Amino acid sequence: MTVVSLIQGRAWRLGPNIDTDAILPANYMNLTDPQELGRHCLEGLDPDFPRKLLAGDLLVAGSNFGCGSSREHAPLAIKAAGVGAVVAASFARIFYRNALNIGLPIVECPEVVEAVSTGDRLKIDLAAGLLLHLEKGTSYRLPPFPPFMQELIAVGGLMNYVMRRTKR
Amino acid sequence: MGMTITEKILAAHCGLPEVVPGQLIMARIDLALGSDVTAPIAIEEFNKAGARRVFDRKKIVLLPDHFAPNKDVQSARQCQALRKFAQEQELEHYYEVGRVGIEHAFLPEQGLVLPGDLVIGADSHTCTYGALGAFATGVGSTDLAAAMITGEAWFKVPESIKFVFRGTLRKWVTGKDLILYTIGRIGVEGARYQAMELSGPVIDQLGMDGRFTMANMAIEAGAKNGIFAPDEATLAYVRGRARRDFQCFQSDADATYCQIHEFDAGEIEPQVAFPPLPENSRPLSQVGEIPIDQVVIGSCTNGRLSDLEQAAQIMRGHKVHQKVRLIVIPATQAIYLEALKRGYLEVFLEAQAVISPPTCGPCLGGHMGVLAEGERAVATTNRNFVGRMGSPKSEIYLTNPAVAAASAILGRIAGPDALARSASIGN
Repeated sequence: MTVVSLIQGRAWRLGPNIDTDAILPANYMNLTDPQELGRHCLEGLDPDFPRKLLAGDLLVAGSNFGCGSSREHAPLAIKAAGVGAVVAASFARIFYRNALNIGLPIVECPEVVEAVSTGDRLKIDLAAGLLLHLEKGTSYRLPPFPPFMQELIAVGGLMNYVMRRTKR
Repeated sequence: MGMTITEKILAAHCGLPEVVPGQLIMARIDLALGSDVTAPIAIEEFNKAGARRVFDRKKIVLLPDHFAPNKDVQSARQCQALRKFAQEQELEHYYEVGRVGIEHAFLPEQGLVLPGDLVIGADSHTCTYGALGAFATGVGSTDLAAAMITGEAWFKVPESIKFVFRGTLRKWVTGKDLILYTIGRIGVEGARYQAMELSGPVIDQLGMDGRFTMANMAIEAGAKNGIFAPDEATLAYVRGRARRDFQCFQSDADATYCQIHEFDAGEIEPQVAFPPLPENSRPLSQVGEIPIDQVVIGSCTNGRLSDLEQAAQIMRGHKVHQKVRLIVIPATQAIYLEALKRGYLEVFLEAQAVISPPTCGPCLGGHMGVLAEGERAVATTNRNFVGRMGSPKSEIYLTNPAVAAASAILGRIAGPDALARSASIGN
């Protein structure tokens, strides 16, 4: 797995409390292939969303993004749909955990969310901890992850971390 | 410095004398759980990692409950994958359809979770087991895969919020109403990343079923876990079920809480949570006239014996309203059998309800009662998100089992008191 630290894309501005049923409706939970899951990304919110969403786009949401179910199908669908990163005012904890575990870049930054509209272009430099709003020319400092989580991100997720440890 | 029950359990599982909120730990787990919808991804990850054996074949529980009995071929394949993996790995705790039930009712019933345990489950309602004084939390499939290999999981030690319920419960007010009221007060992210410690004289009087219901919905406030200190009621429940040693933890008197909420139970009516979030709870008296199409009594939240007992008590001698479908889902085989022996199932059948086999089924819009556009349901389940039970244009109102039963009879959202009034007018 390659670890991306520079992400640039067009934002989709979403509201607060985007739950996992909106991200990936439960009737698709009998699928495991990420590519298939990706074709239904955010279908619960808007049936046309998977068609509108382009690879490289960014999701920018309000607070408590990914609340509800523990289904990893939700971050898997987002990742497989080609979303570069999810920026949110805050994340529900299981989604937060799942995203780190599967290597989906996430950024928790309430100030950015306030300033972004759909269609805005953003650039995220994870290594430097910076988010740039390209239209407005503003920049935001991102709070660093704790060292353990940085390690998870650096190796590309939990399974890589586990494999490295068990091989040691 | 004093520790909370949550901090003590986490410390005991990472070999430290003490942990503090915010600390990242790698903890030993006592049990890891997966179902037919979350374990298949974990099994794929397990295989992709080249792992050969699970860390301990006695500490992993796999069971089909979400889309089982198989709702379609794709679901059948997932249940098959689960079964095959359980056989290959010689898992002690694989339970087949006909011997199983909804995971969060089934595991405690079988004595698989005990006080003081640290449990992860690839299902958000794993927090249910906090009712037993265990630390239990929902995780994703990759966490389950990693734990099946290493027997460990990473955690950030949560801050704890203490809830104290005083006073006396009003008639028809249950654990469901206490937790809906609580979520209404603090909001769906009111306890995000935090532990909810539920306590007080009202809790001391609450039976285990009510505590399971409350702990179950801690996730609906965003919590990492909900937890109750084990007491006599806990020990009475665990006695006869436990097949291994366990340890009861209590919070220290000088433990630190980030918030303390005190509620007077006497002021809490039966609650109705309006769509599309569990935080939209209102007292039953302020609901107004809302006609309904379907009622679901069941789920890991409210499908236990005392839930069916309350519903049967209301339904006895009545018929389901002609415009309503009532679906009753006993949560496990044992609950189903006991409800049969006690005559509850006869009451439901005579009332013209349909009784489903144990399954998560309609709660997550899977099968056995999904909703069409424009349909409105009253459900004893845990989530009323847009599209949760089927069409994104359907609606779900969350209630306790007695209110659900009365609503099924009256064809609108109403409680047992309204039913009694309507019956006396009818006479």
